[in-house]
Amino acid sequence: MTETFYDVLRRQGVTRRSFMKFCSLTAASLGLGPTLAPQIAHALETKPRTPVLWLHGLECTCCTESFIRSAHPLAKDVILSMISLDYDDTIMAAAGHQAEEALEEVMKKYKGNYILAVEGNPPLGNDGTFCIPGGKPFVEKLKHVAKDAKAVIAWGSCASWGCVQAAKPNPTNAVPIDKVITDKPIIKVPGCPPIAEVMSAVVTYVVAFDRIPELDRQGRPKMFYSQRIHDKCYRRPHFDAGQFVEKFDDDGARAGYCLYKVGCKGPTTYNACSTTRWNEGVSFPIASGHGCIGCSEDGFWDKGSFYERLTTIPAFGIEANADKVGLAAAGVVGAAVVAHAAVTAIKNASEQRKPTKEEK
Amino acid sequence: MSIEGKDLKFPAYVWQAPVRIWHWTMALAMIVLWGTGYFIGAPFPSVPGEASENYLMGYIRFAHFAAGYVFAVAFLFRIYWAIVGNKHAREIFLVPFFMLQPSWWRGFFRVVSHYLFIRPKNDWHLGHNHLAMAAMFGMYVLGTVFMIVTGFALYGEGTLKGSWANNVFTSWVMPMLGDSQNVHTWHHLCAWYLFWFTIVHLYFVIREDITSGLTVVSSMISGWRDVKNG
Repeated sequence: MTETFYDVLRRQGVTRRSFMKFCSLTAASLGLGPTLAPQIAHALETKPRTPVLWLHGLECTCCTESFIRSAHPLAKDVILSMISLDYDDTIMAAAGHQAEEALEEVMKKYKGNYILAVEGNPPLGNDGTFCIPGGKPFVEKLKHVAKDAKAVIAWGSCASWGCVQAAKPNPTNAVPIDKVITDKPIIKVPGCPPIAEVMSAVVTYVVAFDRIPELDRQGRPKMFYSQRIHDKCYRRPHFDAGQFVEKFDDDGARAGYCLYKVGCKGPTTYNACSTTRWNEGVSFPIASGHGCIGCSEDGFWDKGSFYERLTTIPAFGIEANADKVGLAAAGVVGAAVVAHAAVTAIKNASEQRKPTKEEK
Repeated sequence: MSIEGKDLKFPAYVWQAPVRIWHWTMALAMIVLWGTGYFIGAPFPSVPGEASENYLMGYIRFAHFAAGYVFAVAFLFRIYWAIVGNKHAREIFLVPFFMLQPSWWRGFFRVVSHYLFIRPKNDWHLGHNHLAMAAMFGMYVLGTVFMIVTGFALYGEGTLKGSWANNVFTSWVMPMLGDSQNVHTWHHLCAWYLFWFTIVHLYFVIREDITSGLTVVSSMISGWRDVKNG
C-alpha cells in the first residue's frame, strides 16, 4: 500500500492544523479561491503519493536554490517530502550507484505515474558529451526517464527556452527539453531562476489534482505567466506620469521613478515577480532599484543590453537598434530621393533647351 | 519612345470622396502614431511633481491607441470601399492578381525605365502607375496590415487576457514572433518601413505632378485627374 502525502506529513510531525493552513495557502497562491482548499486537502489525504523525479542537466542549480527557499516553511517541507525521497541528485542523501538505482526503482514501481521535473537542458553537440551525469550523456538519461513519465515540468529558462547555454553562438548546441521530449505534456516554468512560490504551487497543483494546470500557448501556467511585470509594478504610476530614472545615480533613481529608460524589461516580461516578490515577499529587482532583465523570456541573453529599451539588431557588424536602423535607412532613402530629383531637374532643363519632336 | 495613355479621356473622376477622406484621415492618424510611438519608445525627460498629479506618458499612450484604432478602422473601411467603390479604389489591393498578366509587367518596366531616365516621358494613367501600385501594395498595404496586427497584439498585452485584442491578436502573434520584445522590435521597424515609404510617396507624387503633365497632388483633394494647361 503506497502512502499518501498526508501520511508522509504526519509521519514527519506536521500537525493537522498546519496541514490545513498549507492547503489554504496553496489554494490562494494558485488563485483557486477558498472553496478549493478542502479539495486540495482531500486530494492530499486520499491519493497515493505521486513521486517526482528531479533531473539536472546543463544548469547552474539556481532553480533548486530558489526552490528550497520557498517562503512558507511548511510548503518547503511538503514539497521536499514529496520529492527528495525519490530522486534529486543535488539534495538527496544517496549518491553514486545508489542514487541511480533509486531512480530506476521509482521508474519501475511507478511506471507511467511519476512526474519528471527537469532543471537545465540537454546539449546535443558532440553526441551530448558536454553534459555527462552518471556516466551517460544527459540527453539519453532525459529520454530514458521521460519515456514513462506522466507529465514533465521544465524548471527555469534553461529547460523552457535554452537560456544562457543556448545563447548565441550556442557552442554545445543546448536545446530546451521540448525539442527532445515530444510526446509528453510539458509545463514550462521559466525564470532564471523561477520564483520559489510559483515552483511549489505548480508541483502541488500537479500532484494534488492529478492534472496539469491550464497552460498558455507557450506552455506556461496561465495563473503565473498571464501578466507582465509592468502590469502590476508598484512603480507603474511613475511610468504613466512620465517620471523616469535617467541614470542610476540621479534624483529620479533616489525618488524611485520608473526604470524604463535604463532598460527595464518589465513591459515585455511575463512573470509574477511584481505580485509575489521574492524571499518571503521582501523584494524583487525593481524594488531594489534595478530594472527587470526579462529572465523568464525566450532568448533574453540575445536581445542586447540589459540597460537598453530597444533590442540590439546585429546589422553590418555594428551595434544598432530599431531607431538607428530606421533613421539610417530614412537617410539613405532621403538622399536617393534628392539625387533622383536632381537628375530629373537636370534632364528636364536639358530637354527644354532642345525641343524634341517625339510627341505627336 | 511614345507615351501611352494619351488617348485616355480627361478630366476623369478618379478618387471618390470616401477614398479621399480615408487618405487624409489615415495620413493624420499616421503622423500622430509616429510621433507618439517614437516618444513611447524614447520618452521625454521626467516631469517634476507627484506621480498622482501627472499623466504625460498615459496621455501619449492614449493618443497612440486612439490613433491606432482610427488607423485600423479607416483601413477596414478602405477594404470595404475597395469592394463597392470604383475600379481605382481596387488597384492597390489587386496588384498580386495584376502581376499574373504579362501585359501588366510590360507597363511596369515602362514606368521603371522612365524613373531610370531611359524613357524621357512617363506614360499617362488614370489611377496609379504600375510601379506606384506595386509599392502601394508591397509597402503600404502589407506594412499597414503588419502594423495593425502587431499593434493590437501589443495593445492586448496591456488590456490583459480575456480582452478582445488579446484574444484576437496577442494570443497568436506573441508565439509566432517569439516573445513580446520581438514584437516590439518588429512593430518599431515596420513604423520606419512606412516612414521610408512615405518619403518615397511624397517625392513621387510631387515629381509626377511637375513632370507628367497631369494633376496628381490636387487629385487627392478634388478627386479629378486632368491634363495640366490643356
